[in-house]
Amino acid sequence: MYPYIMETIQIIIVLLLAPIFVGWIRCLKCWMQGRSAPGLLQPWRDIARLFGKDIILAENASWIFRFTPYLVFSVCVLAGGIIPILFKELPLCAAADVIALVALFALARFFIALAGMDIGTAFGGMGSSREMMIASLAEPAMLMAIFTVSLLSHSTSLSQMTHVVIYQSLFIRPSMAFALTAFILIVIAETGRIPVDNPATHLELTMIHEAMVLEYSGRHLALIEWAGMLKLFLFTTIGIAIFFPWGIASSNSMTAILLSIVSLIIKLLVAGISIVLIETGLAKMRIFRVPEFLGIAFLFATLGMLSYFILE
Amino acid sequence: MRSLIDNIIKVEPDKSQYPEDIPSCLVDREAFRDVAKAMKAGKARLVAEWATDETLFARGFGIYACYEKNGEYLIIKAYMPEEDPTFPSLTKKFVSAYRFERQINSLMGVIPVGHPDLRPWIKHEDWPDNAYPLRKSFDASQSITRVRGKYPWITVGGEGCYEIPVGPVHAGIIEPGHFRFSAVGEDVINLEARLGYTHKGIEKRFESLSWEEGARLAGRVSGDTTIAHSLSYCQAVEAISECQPPERALWLRALLLERERIANHLWDLGAIANDVGFAFMLYQMSILKERLMRTNNKLFGHRFMMDRIIPGGVTTDLTQEGGKMILSEMDWLSKEFERLVTIYDRNSSLTERMTGTGILLPDKALELGVVGIVARASGQKMDCRLTCPFPPYDQIIPKMIVLGAGDVYSRAWVRIEETRESIRIIQEILNNLPDGSIAARFNQPPPDRAGIAMVEGWRGEIIYWIQSGLAGGGKINRCMVRDPSSVNWLALEYAILGNIVPDFPVCNKSFNQSYSGCDL
Repeated sequence: MYPYIMETIQIIIVLLLAPIFVGWIRCLKCWMQGRSAPGLLQPWRDIARLFGKDIILAENASWIFRFTPYLVFSVCVLAGGIIPILFKELPLCAAADVIALVALFALARFFIALAGMDIGTAFGGMGSSREMMIASLAEPAMLMAIFTVSLLSHSTSLSQMTHVVIYQSLFIRPSMAFALTAFILIVIAETGRIPVDNPATHLELTMIHEAMVLEYSGRHLALIEWAGMLKLFLFTTIGIAIFFPWGIASSNSMTAILLSIVSLIIKLLVAGISIVLIETGLAKMRIFRVPEFLGIAFLFATLGMLSYFILE
Repeated sequence: MRSLIDNIIKVEPDKSQYPEDIPSCLVDREAFRDVAKAMKAGKARLVAEWATDETLFARGFGIYACYEKNGEYLIIKAYMPEEDPTFPSLTKKFVSAYRFERQINSLMGVIPVGHPDLRPWIKHEDWPDNAYPLRKSFDASQSITRVRGKYPWITVGGEGCYEIPVGPVHAGIIEPGHFRFSAVGEDVINLEARLGYTHKGIEKRFESLSWEEGARLAGRVSGDTTIAHSLSYCQAVEAISECQPPERALWLRALLLERERIANHLWDLGAIANDVGFAFMLYQMSILKERLMRTNNKLFGHRFMMDRIIPGGVTTDLTQEGGKMILSEMDWLSKEFERLVTIYDRNSSLTERMTGTGILLPDKALELGVVGIVARASGQKMDCRLTCPFPPYDQIIPKMIVLGAGDVYSRAWVRIEETRESIRIIQEILNNLPDGSIAARFNQPPPDRAGIAMVEGWRGEIIYWIQSGLAGGGKINRCMVRDPSSVNWLALEYAILGNIVPDFPVCNKSFNQSYSGCDL
C-alpha cells in the first residue's frame, strides 16, 4: 500500500508545483527586464481562468483535436509518476524505463502535431512541420545523452541511474559533463524556450509550439498550457534525477521525505535562475540554426559516450 | 538650381502655387507622361501623385505629380474634362505610381490609362464600383449600401507552394492589415499586402473643416506622428496664406519634432529586438520612452503633444524651468541610451538575427522611391530637414545618417544614430532658443490657391498639398496627405523576398510603417 501513497503524493506535488515553477521563471524574467512581476501564482490563475471559459471549436475539428489535450495532459501526469522526483523507488519507475519515457513524450508530440494540422489553418500546419523538424533531431540526441549515463549505471531505468549517481564517489566524470551539456541544449529545444522557441511571443509567424495550439480555447487550452508547464518541470526533474540526484528520498521516513521536498525546491530555484539567465541574454535564433544547435547537442552526447569508453 | 524644370520645355510656372520656390507647371493631359519620361531620364523621384475634383472651379478633374531631385521639388499638373476623366498612367515609368494610381482610380474615379493592375486600393470591394468618395458629388453624410465583391489575389502556383494568410487582425496591439505570403517550405516567394482596413475618409473630412480644425485632424492621421503631420499641414496652410510664424514658434516646433522622433525611435529599437525574442531591450527602451512621454505631458499638456501646433505657431510656450528640465532629461537619456546601445551592439545573438535580414538594395530603394529611415538605410541621401529647412534647421544642421546595407541591422542603426543626433539638436535648440511670441496672426487663405509642405517626420518625408476652395467658402477644396508609409509599404514586399517566413515580423518592425497614415 505504502508505495502507492508515495506515488500519489509525488504526482500531486508535480501537478501543483509545475505552474509555480513557471511562475518563478516568469517572475525572475520580469525582474531581470526591470519590470514588476505578477507573482508566483499567476500561471495558476491563468489555468483557473481558462477552465472557466467556453470552448470554441473549429467547424472542421475532428476527434483528434478534441482528444489531444486529454492525451497530452495524461502523458505528462504519467511521466510525473515515472521520474524519480521525490522518491527513488516508485512502482511506476520499475514499469517504465527512460526509453519508454521518451516514447511517451513522442506520443504526445505526435498527437499535438496532428491536432495542429487537423483544423486546417496555415499556422497549425506551419507549427507542426517546424515541431517535427526539431523533434526528429532532439529525440535521438536526448537518447544519446541519457545512454551515456546508463552506460555508467548499466541500466536504462531512471531509478537505477539515480541510485548509481548518488552512491558513486564525488568525482567529475568527463562523460557526465558532456552528457549534461547535451542534455541542457536538448531541454531548451524540447520545452520550447529561447533561443529555440519563444513561449511568450504573440507573433504567429515565428511560433513553433504555440502555432500548433493557436486554435485551442477553454479547458482544452488550460490542459495544453498545464501540460506545457508540466513538460518543462519534468524535463528539469529528469536532469535533476540523472545529474544532481542528491537529496532524493531513498527511505520512507518523514525526514527523508521532507528533505527531499526541500532539496527539490532549492534545485528548482537554481534551475529557474539558469533558464532565465539564458533567456534574458540571448535572442531567439533563426529557425534554420536549430538543426545546427541540436547537432551540437548530439555531438556532445556522442563525445560523452566516447569519453566513457576511452577515459573511464 | 532649376535643373528639374529645365527638363521640360515651353512650360510656364503657375502662380497660384505656394511656396514660390516650388514651381507648379500646367501641361496638357497627353504630355503628362512625356514629362514623367523626362523626369525619369533626369533621375528624379516621383514623390506623390494625386487627383483633384475641380468641378467647383469648372475645370473638371486635375491630376498632379510631384517630383524631387536633390531636394528640389516640382509639381506637374494636367486637367481632364469632367465627362472623360482619364490620364496616361505613369506606373511603367515610376513603380511608386502603381499604388498612387490605384488609389486615384478607386477613390476619385479618374482612370489611369495603361495601368497594369486596376484592382481597388484602400477602397474595399464591399463598396459599389461607382462610389468615388473624393468626388464633390459624393455625399459623405449618407451611408452607402454594401455590395458583394471579390478581391483577386496574386496567386503563385506549383508543387509544394502554399499560402499563409495573416491578418487583418493581429495578435499584438498593432493596426490591421492583411499579408498574404506564398511560400515554399519556409522560403517566401511572394508577399502581397492589402491595406485599407483603417480607411476613415480623412482626405474627404478635411474638405468640411475650417483651416484651424484641419490642424487637429492632421494630428490624427497617424497618432505616433502627430507633430510631424500637423506641422506639415500648418506649413502648407501658412504657405498659402503667406503667414510667417515667429522665430520662437519655429524653434519650439523643431523641439517637438525631435522629441517625437526620439520617442518613436526608442520604441522601435526595443520592438525590433523583441521580435527576435530579446524582450529585455523592449522593456528597457520603454522605460526611456515613458520618461519622455511623461515630461511631454508635464510641459506640453499631452503625452504625444497632440494639437500643440496650430497654423501660425504653437499653443504652448516653454518656460525657463521647462527648458532646464528637458536639458537634464537629455543628459540622463543620453547616458542610459548609450548603455543600451552597447548591449545592443555587443549581443551577437541579436545582431546575427538582424544582419542580412530583409535586405532592400540601394538600386531597389531608388526604383521604388522609398523615403525616410528606410531610404537612408539603403543608401539614399534624403532628409527634408536638410533639403527644405525651416529655422532652426538652417543653423543647427542635422547630420544625415546614410548606410548602404539595407538590412534590418542598418535600419536599426540609422535609428540609433538619429536618436543621438536628435538629442544633440534638442540641446542646441534649448541653449539658443530665441525670445518672442509663439504664434502669429493667421489670416484665412485666399481662394483657389495651393500650398505644399514637406516635413521630415520620424518615418520620413511627410507631404501635404492643400488647395483652397472658392471665394466666400473659405474652406479646403482638397487636402492630399502623403505619409512615408504610402510609398514604403511596397518596399517591404520586396525586402522580404528570399527571406524565411519567421523573419517577416522583424523585417516588418524594422520598416514599421503606419497603416492609418497609408489608409487615410
